[in-house]
Amino acid sequence: MNKQDTTYLDQLEAEAIFILREVAGQFEKPALLFSGGKDSITLVRLAEKAFRPGKFPFPLVHIDTGHNFPETISFRDDMIARIGEKLIIGHVQDSIDQGKVIEQTGKNASRNALQTVTLLDTIAEGKFDACIGGARRDEEKARAKERIFSVRDEFGQWDPKRQRPELWNIYNGKIHKGENVRVFPISNWTELDVWNYIRRENIELPSIYFAHERDVITRNGQLMAAADCLNMDSDDQIERRNVRFRTVGDMTCTAAVESDADQIDDIIEEIKMSKISERGARMDDKVSEAAMEDRKKGGYF
Amino acid sequence: MIKYLRLQWKTAKKGGIFNMDLLKFFTAGSVDDGKSTLIGRLLYDSESILADQLEALQQSNRKNDDGTIDLAILTDGLKAEREQGITIDVAYKYFQTDKRKFIIADTPGHIQYTRNMVTGASNSDLAIILVDARNGVVEQTVRHSFIVSLLELKHVVVCINKMDMVDFSEDAFNKIHKSYSEIALKLKLKEVTYIPVSALKGDNIVNRSQNMSWYAGKSLLDHLETTEVNEDVKSVQARMPVQWVIRPQTDELHDYRGYAGRVLSGSFRVNDKITVLPSGIRSEISKIETNMQEQDEVHSGTSVTLHLKDNIDIGRGDILVNSTHEPIVSQSIEADLCWMDTKPLDTSIMYLLQHNSKVTKCKIRDILHKVNINTLEKIETDTFQLNDIGRIVIRTAEPLAFDLYQVNKLNGGAILIDPRTNLTVGALMFRASAE
Ligand SMILES: Nc1nc2c(ncn2[C@@H]2O[C@H](COP(=O)(O)OP(=O)(O)O)[C@@H](O)[C@H]2O)c(=O)[nH]1
Ligand SMILES: [Mg+2]
Repeated sequence: MNKQDTTYLDQLEAEAIFILREVAGQFEKPALLFSGGKDSITLVRLAEKAFRPGKFPFPLVHIDTGHNFPETISFRDDMIARIGEKLIIGHVQDSIDQGKVIEQTGKNASRNALQTVTLLDTIAEGKFDACIGGARRDEEKARAKERIFSVRDEFGQWDPKRQRPELWNIYNGKIHKGENVRVFPISNWTELDVWNYIRRENIELPSIYFAHERDVITRNGQLMAAADCLNMDSDDQIERRNVRFRTVGDMTCTAAVESDADQIDDIIEEIKMSKISERGARMDDKVSEAAMEDRKKGGYF
Repeated sequence: MIKYLRLQWKTAKKGGIFNMDLLKFFTAGSVDDGKSTLIGRLLYDSESILADQLEALQQSNRKNDDGTIDLAILTDGLKAEREQGITIDVAYKYFQTDKRKFIIADTPGHIQYTRNMVTGASNSDLAIILVDARNGVVEQTVRHSFIVSLLELKHVVVCINKMDMVDFSEDAFNKIHKSYSEIALKLKLKEVTYIPVSALKGDNIVNRSQNMSWYAGKSLLDHLETTEVNEDVKSVQARMPVQWVIRPQTDELHDYRGYAGRVLSGSFRVNDKITVLPSGIRSEISKIETNMQEQDEVHSGTSVTLHLKDNIDIGRGDILVNSTHEPIVSQSIEADLCWMDTKPLDTSIMYLLQHNSKVTKCKIRDILHKVNINTLEKIETDTFQLNDIGRIVIRTAEPLAFDLYQVNKLNGGAILIDPRTNLTVGALMFRASAE
């Protein structure tokens, strides 16, 4: 490698494009799991670099909990119109209506856990053999051990003990019927790398990533966007604060941070200075130290 | 050059991190030599651990005897590992300093995890080998060093750890230095650096130690930040396996046909004469694109789209190479094999061999020997069990265009897949054509 004139961002980008093209070459029916967050938006840019002027050799798949930030949904639809690629939407509401999952009740109710079922159904229906996702190894300890090509059994489960060794840049995508592979092209990126890349490439993001005034309530010590799906009652005091979101997930489990960073440069500065790692702002990991590992075994992204 | 300087100046203004490069390294050592502690220390002292991760650490009930937090928990990520207190898989960790970005592969040291170590080593530029100052060079040290030489890692750092337990003695360090030099010589390891450290107390990890004034060298981090790790593959050895063919087939791009792939090694220029292998058809490069922008020249590591002057039938599995320096094309290859499956090697069945974008059937024609990786003796054998390493001859159904692993790693390595289970069961390093 000619390292004098390639920077690490170029190296990470080249690796991610390489992985996306491996997916195209090795699988019959891949799909790109699009969450509307910055990581999957980055994946879309990388796919443009990998396949233009051709079309993407896969559709985008979005699992809509019905409790998404409205900003995310409108961003998604604008983006799809701009890039001219196919979007498939799986609705958690459909899984609820079909009786496949039961809506949680109470104050901490969230559809976050339910989306696994909708995701697996959407994968089965589309007969997808590979699903590209934007997970990164720096997010969490269990993820630090996950492969770039991560095989899931027919129940969507990840078995950390049966992982295939990944040597050099050779990825083994051979699977049996019913299995599928989750592919993580930006495994080796950190949160800061993604932000620096977004800045370098001028990638557009949903507005909730930038500081804005918003009605919020405090739940379990975290600031949450005030919304009907949070089952608010008279105990919940609505306050107007200047906030932004560090990840874009379901409104019921994505906490805001107070911030004045309304420009990407400010966000990058803030992250560098930050004392809270990214997943710290997601309540679903707080449950136990092994939370992520358990959820992955069950087929979560 | 001017362009490069300008870029540097621009990015320096923006915070100066864009022109940093990336160093991938892995750690090897026996159980309890302190690998996880060392990595934890690097992360901790370089302030790469965030507050809430630290808090989770402090709340964890695994503590050192003196009550300080156990830094090893940072890398021992899986539940089974936390319960057993050992490392059973490769964990990747990331950190950066002002000078460089680092990717660490933390690999387990037990003999039953040799395959994980081979995996970690295959993805690294540099190896850190830990030696316990009290025990000196032991059997495992030989094994880990053998893997480093097998995978052709050019840069080795021997960290003599737990110096605090031998009173930071220069004598102890020198003794180990001397006995390791013999191993390095035997294994033809090229660049070896020796650093006395205490991972637990932090001596010579990030900061120079106050306890070892006799040591004049750099701290470990300083060494990692400054060591040069450019691959020394010649730039004329240009290779690009075709991953995917871009054919939009729209009205305005009717004749567009781009070969998408990543330059494995060397450089490609417009008008270069190239050969398509294994077919042997020749052509010239008419256009080079990265991100739909035309380039005059591209270098190794870059994901590109190449266009040729002639319309030839090329697809995934083919490799484009510079015609002046073509690789070997052969169907019989002598290779080193590391066996990675619990099911032993079966010479009666057909395996799949994946070499870059090419997949072909293959058979094991001959087993030459295996190596006792603790003593380096060659042993006769008729099979390979999990973690065995040795030399075999394979025969492939289709010809492969490859370089020798010692000359060009990325075009000289391949994996074996068991078609019954689809598992990756072997790592191959091509050593010679056997035709
Ligand atoms: N005194 C001393 N103990 C150490 C040092 N490095 C590691 N240890 C201890 O050695 C034990 C094994 O360390 P660990 O990092 O888990 O080893 P690994 O198996 O190689 O990952 C732990 O109890 C550490 O606290 C050191 O430099 N000095
Ligand atoms: Mg360990």
